[in-house]
Amino acid sequence: MAVPVLKQGDILIASMQAAVSDKELLRLRDELAERVGRHRARGVIIDLTALDVLDSFATRTIRAIAYTAKLRGAEAVVVGIQPDVAFAMVQLGLSLEGIVTALDLEEGLAHLRAPDR
Amino acid sequence: MTVAADLVVPIETDSDVVAARQKGRELAAAIGFSTTDQTLVATAISEVARNIVSYAGRGRIELTRVQEGGRRGLSIVACDEGPGIPDLELAMQDGYSTGNSLGVGLPGARRLVDEFALESTVGVGTVVTLKKWLV
Repeated sequence: MAVPVLKQGDILIASMQAAVSDKELLRLRDELAERVGRHRARGVIIDLTALDVLDSFATRTIRAIAYTAKLRGAEAVVVGIQPDVAFAMVQLGLSLEGIVTALDLEEGLAHLRAPDR
Repeated sequence: MTVAADLVVPIETDSDVVAARQKGRELAAAIGFSTTDQTLVATAISEVARNIVSYAGRGRIELTRVQEGGRRGLSIVACDEGPGIPDLELAMQDGYSTGNSLGVGLPGARRLVDEFALESTVGVGTVVTLKKWLV
């Protein structure tokens, strides 16, 4: 099951499902960079609301997705990391250093649409 | 004492990693762990199961309810017959990785649980045992 990517204006929204596998994450990484160009997207939202586990592999891949989007000219915002997931990531020693995060999709969209960005 | 595992999840592909952590979360919930602890358990399983896929190719995760002097908990054993780890101390160092990873796998998994044991013999395989106790 591929990760669905929605387009809203010049923003792409990728929503992870709970059982996302490594291969699907890697496919998203590879496709999103191309889609940023195809849709001339200025922003990318990676929505992790449904994810119940974010391990080192997923964190590394999400980081790669965010950096790749940035290099293609779109700002990436990671949204929806659940409280338990955030706690587990801290215990594991993982971070999303240098990547913009927001509470949920609404906050992420507000950040990307802020006029002074 | 050897206890038969309640659940054995064969690990060979990345989707088995997802299956193992889902089963682990279910069993942790059935034992009575909080959702926070269920998430810690599921994340730890994800790390050790992925190590099997990345380094050994195949193996299994054994999930067992355990009881020890009045306390109850969950035991997670990750075993494989892979190449083994030549330097256990190095493998437990934060940031050390021979594969394409962040190098937090084993030391990270250790921080998510209450007990951790790593046994490995080069050419024979690796057994990682994790235990989480209900408080």
